[in-house]
This record gives sequence, structure tokens and C-alpha cells, in this order.
Amino acid sequence: MRDRNFKRVMVWELPVRLFHWVNVLAIVALTLTGFLIANPPALQSSAEATNLHSFGIVRFIHFGAAYIFFFNMILRIYWSFVGNQFAHWRAFWPFSKKMWNNFWHVLKIDIMLLNEEHPNVKDISIGHNSVASLSYVVLFLMALIQVFTGFALYADTSGWWLPQLFTWVTPLFGGDFMVRTIHHITMWIFIFFSLVHIYLVFYHDWLEGRGEVSSMFGGYKFVRSDRFIKHEKQAKKDKVKE
Amino acid sequence: MSNTNEKRDTYYDTIIKQGYTRRDFMKFSTYMAAFMGLENSMVGQIAQSLENTPRLPVIWEHYQECTCCSESFIRSNHPIVADIILDRISLDYSLTLMAASGHQAEAAKHDTMKKYYGEYILCVEGSIPLGDDGNYCCIAGKSAKETFLEAAAGAKAIIAWGSCASNGCVQAAKPNPTEATPIHKIVKNKPIIRVPGCPPIGEVMAGVIMHVVAFGRLPELDRLGRPKAFYGKRVHDTCYRRPYYDAGLFAETFDDDNSKKGYCLYKVGCKGPMTYNACASMRWNNGVSFPIQSGHGCIGCSEEDFWDNGPFYERTTKVPGFAVESNADTVGKVAAGVLAGGIALHAIGANISKRKELMKRIKSDKKNEKNIDS
Repeated sequence: MRDRNFKRVMVWELPVRLFHWVNVLAIVALTLTGFLIANPPALQSSAEATNLHSFGIVRFIHFGAAYIFFFNMILRIYWSFVGNQFAHWRAFWPFSKKMWNNFWHVLKIDIMLLNEEHPNVKDISIGHNSVASLSYVVLFLMALIQVFTGFALYADTSGWWLPQLFTWVTPLFGGDFMVRTIHHITMWIFIFFSLVHIYLVFYHDWLEGRGEVSSMFGGYKFVRSDRFIKHEKQAKKDKVKE
Repeated sequence: MSNTNEKRDTYYDTIIKQGYTRRDFMKFSTYMAAFMGLENSMVGQIAQSLENTPRLPVIWEHYQECTCCSESFIRSNHPIVADIILDRISLDYSLTLMAASGHQAEAAKHDTMKKYYGEYILCVEGSIPLGDDGNYCCIAGKSAKETFLEAAAGAKAIIAWGSCASNGCVQAAKPNPTEATPIHKIVKNKPIIRVPGCPPIGEVMAGVIMHVVAFGRLPELDRLGRPKAFYGKRVHDTCYRRPYYDAGLFAETFDDDNSKKGYCLYKVGCKGPMTYNACASMRWNNGVSFPIQSGHGCIGCSEEDFWDNGPFYERTTKVPGFAVESNADTVGKVAAGVLAGGIALHAIGANISKRKELMKRIKSDKKNEKNIDS
């Protein structure tokens, strides 16, 4: 009964995987340098300021990583129009009945840890499950907040037109004080997200045993073959007709 | 008051009448060009315009304020500034500085408002209380709001001097018992120049008013209505201690060795990185110094709600809705800890609740391992 046949499915295409890991590196760099910028360690150095640029470098890494984060995000948005069904923007669209049915299912089985008498193979998501999709939508909104507040704070020290596009954000909140606070608090949401995200990846890998962790490296997940039966029957029928 | 003269003197006429020489006048024009950040060739234009422009009538209203703006203004770099604007020439009404008082003063103001309707500049120092029908601030039997609306109706432009008129300042700090309100929230249909600061730098005030006088129009303003020439840069970005910041050399306390060496005051709560003002480039008291140069961090007095934006001597700004002591990082650390605990519990719970399924699978998959044909 437990001997399942699995089929290997390319779920995360290469651009999605690249996006994911570039995003990880950018967020880690941004968070670390962000903490340093918010509360820098005071160097005990006898060197003159002329010969030191350590904090300038920290800031440079933050701004550089911010640009990478931003353009990476734009490329991912592009891919959500041309990528496969798991990368497509529709996979994140929260206003469908299917999405919400799956949402309650995930909430019951994976969050509340209830067990089902007769599990339905269709309830096991191949790409993101609905809760995960929603969390990525929220994270995307958080990323937008970081982009808008970050570039708004940065714009005054830059001559490029791109950051200048965000100068209207600061007056919206009355000044840099509030913009900084929002930027800082939103960073914490990224940290909370990462904690839960990493845990749930391991959770699914452990409980479902179909390569959740490795999927973001190789792109493959293992999908039970009964998920395909209909299609195979259909294919056979088509052959007969021919 | 001067508004009884039929022929209006030009600024130049009055300056010469004051006993200044042509040379003084040219020096003054040069100063002004420098304050406004104009290039050399504009000096002639300022001089010419002061020679030909009849003086602008100015009404200077005082509401909820401490008069530090006026104090700052009369100490600005060149004596002509105070002489020309405040003292004898163009100030038609100012509670603090005018010679007339009582009914005479009110009459002078109403004369100006009638005679120069649509022409005069209204300078406002102080915020306007709206609470309890505006009874917290009354002048000559009228509430500040009433007086302001009356004066604003015929003004060509309004200058909001200082943080009170621009942002509400300390009297608008929570809980704002008098409902102190900055003027741009009361009058919307007039050009308003906001010149925040507690007080603003005297030279900045002179520069703003001279720009209106010399060029007949408002200086270029940013999105918050502040003149870009003076509020376009953060104090931090023009600070002479900036190299220490970029080097990572910070004072940890006010009495440590780093502080003595003049390192950056970022970690002891300097608000320079969030404050738009010209303090670091123009400095105070005729360019003598400014807070950071004296070893004290910027308190961000020209920023909105600077009283409510957390302690002056700490780097972090407090989180709204939490106790004063807590900042974003404390809240974040606690929340992350709770979250990690929750995750651990969930992981344990998952293994207990799903144990049957797990055991079954592990058993069958171990069997698979035995059956490998090697």
C-alpha cells in the first residue's frame, strides 16, 4: 500500500531557482548590513578617518544588494508571465475557489496537524500550497515596502533617476523618521518569514518524502503517479482513436 | 508706520537712508546671493532688484510660539537684514517688534491688509490651536484662527516660520491638548513656504524672504513646501564629521575618548541622518558653530513630530503602540523567540500526530532498501 510510484517533475525552472538563491543572498546581505547600519559597532581605531572606509563599505554593500534585490524581483515578475504553471502569477492569485479549498486543507492538515481518514492525492500541492502562495504574496508586498522606503531614504544621496522616482514616499510619512522606522520594522517581517519558511520546507520534506528541500536545487519534485493516471488514460484513448 | 507714506521707497532707498553705504549694500547683496546658493552673476540681479522694487509690506503674526524665530532672524549675519525687514522699513505688524501697541497696532495691520490686499507677505510664527474654539490663543479679543484667516485672505504668499507654523512643534506633541495645528492644514489656497526649525537659521530666513523680494516669486520648494536651497540636504550629508561616520568611528557615550576626538555622534542619537536643514553648511551665530560641532547630536528640530519620534540620545526610534522603552529590535527579538518556540512545538506535535503515517512509510521504505538488487 505504501509502495508508491513516483514520477519526477520539473517544478522549479532554472530562472526560478536562480531568483530564489539570489534573493536569499540579497536578503541575508541586506539584513546583516541593515542591522549594522541601524546600530554600528564603534571601532576602536587610532587610524585617521581618511584611511578608513569600513562603514562606507557596509553601506555600499547594503545599497548594492538592494539594487540586486530590486532587479531580481523585476526579473521574477517577468518570469511570472512566461514561466511554467508553478511560476505563473496565477499560482499566486488568491481569489479562486480552488485556492481557498486548498487553503483550509493545508490549515487543517499541516498547521493544525489533524489527520485525514481518506487523503485525496489532489490535496497534495505540487508547486506551492495555498498558504505558501499567500505568504509569498504578502512577502512580495513587504518587498515593495522595502523598495519604496529604501529608495526614498537613498534618493538624496544618489544622482540616478531610478531612486529619484521614490522621493514622494518621504513626504507621505512626514519625514525620514517614520520612513526609517517602517523600513526597519519590515525587515523583521522578512526574518519572521524566513524562520517559518525554512521550517516548513523541512516539515514537508520530512512528512511527505518527495524531495521538498532538494527541489530548490535541482528543480525536481517527486509526484505520485496516480496524479497522472487520468492523463495517461486520456493519452491511451487518444492513441486508440488514431 | 511706513504704510502711511504715499510713495513707497525701494529697498535701496531705505537702506541708504539708514546710513549704509553703497559698499555695504553690495556686500549685503553678495551675502544674500551666497545664502540662496546662487552663482556670482546673480549678485547684480539681486542688487538691481533691490534698487528698483518698492518694499513689500509684511505682516508678521505670532501665535503659539516662543519667538525664537524672531530672535534667530534679528541675529542673522548681516545687520541690514534685521534693519530692512524688521525694524523700520517693511514690517507693518509684528507684536514683538513694532513700536505701536494696542488699538494702534491693530489699526496699522488692518490698514496694510486693506491697502495692499493681495500684495503683502504674511509671515506666521507659531501654530494655531483649534481645540475649544481656538480659545487657547487669543490676540485683541480674536482667536488665532480668526486672525490668521483674516490676514491670509489678502496675502500674496505665506511664510511659515519655524517648526510651530510648519509642523506644530512641541505644543503639537502628543497628546496635543490645544490641538495645535500647522498653518498649511488651515489655509490651502495660498502659496505657503514652510521654513521649519526650532528656530530656523537666521540666514535661511533672510534668504527666503530676500528671494521673494528680489525675484518676486517663491523660491523652489520641495514636496513638503520647504525651500530646496536650504532643506535639500540632510544635516548628515553635509556634516563635517561625516568622514568619521563613513570610517565607522563613532562616539559611544558623551564622555568617552571617541567623543573627545570628535567622532560621529550617530550612536548617541544624532538625528542628522534624518533631518533636512542647512545647519551643517551655514551653521549658526554668523557661521560660528552648530550643535554637532559643539559635541551634541542633532535633535531633528526641523522634522515633523520630532518630539514624538523617540529619545534624543538614542539611535532607535520607538515603535508606535509599545511602551516608550521598547524599540523595534526589542520587539523583534522577543517575537522571533516566541516564533522559534512555536516552531519547535509544532515540529514535536507534527511527529506525534502524524506518527502512524510516518512509521508506516519508514517501515516500507526500509524494506525497499533491503530489496535493492546490488
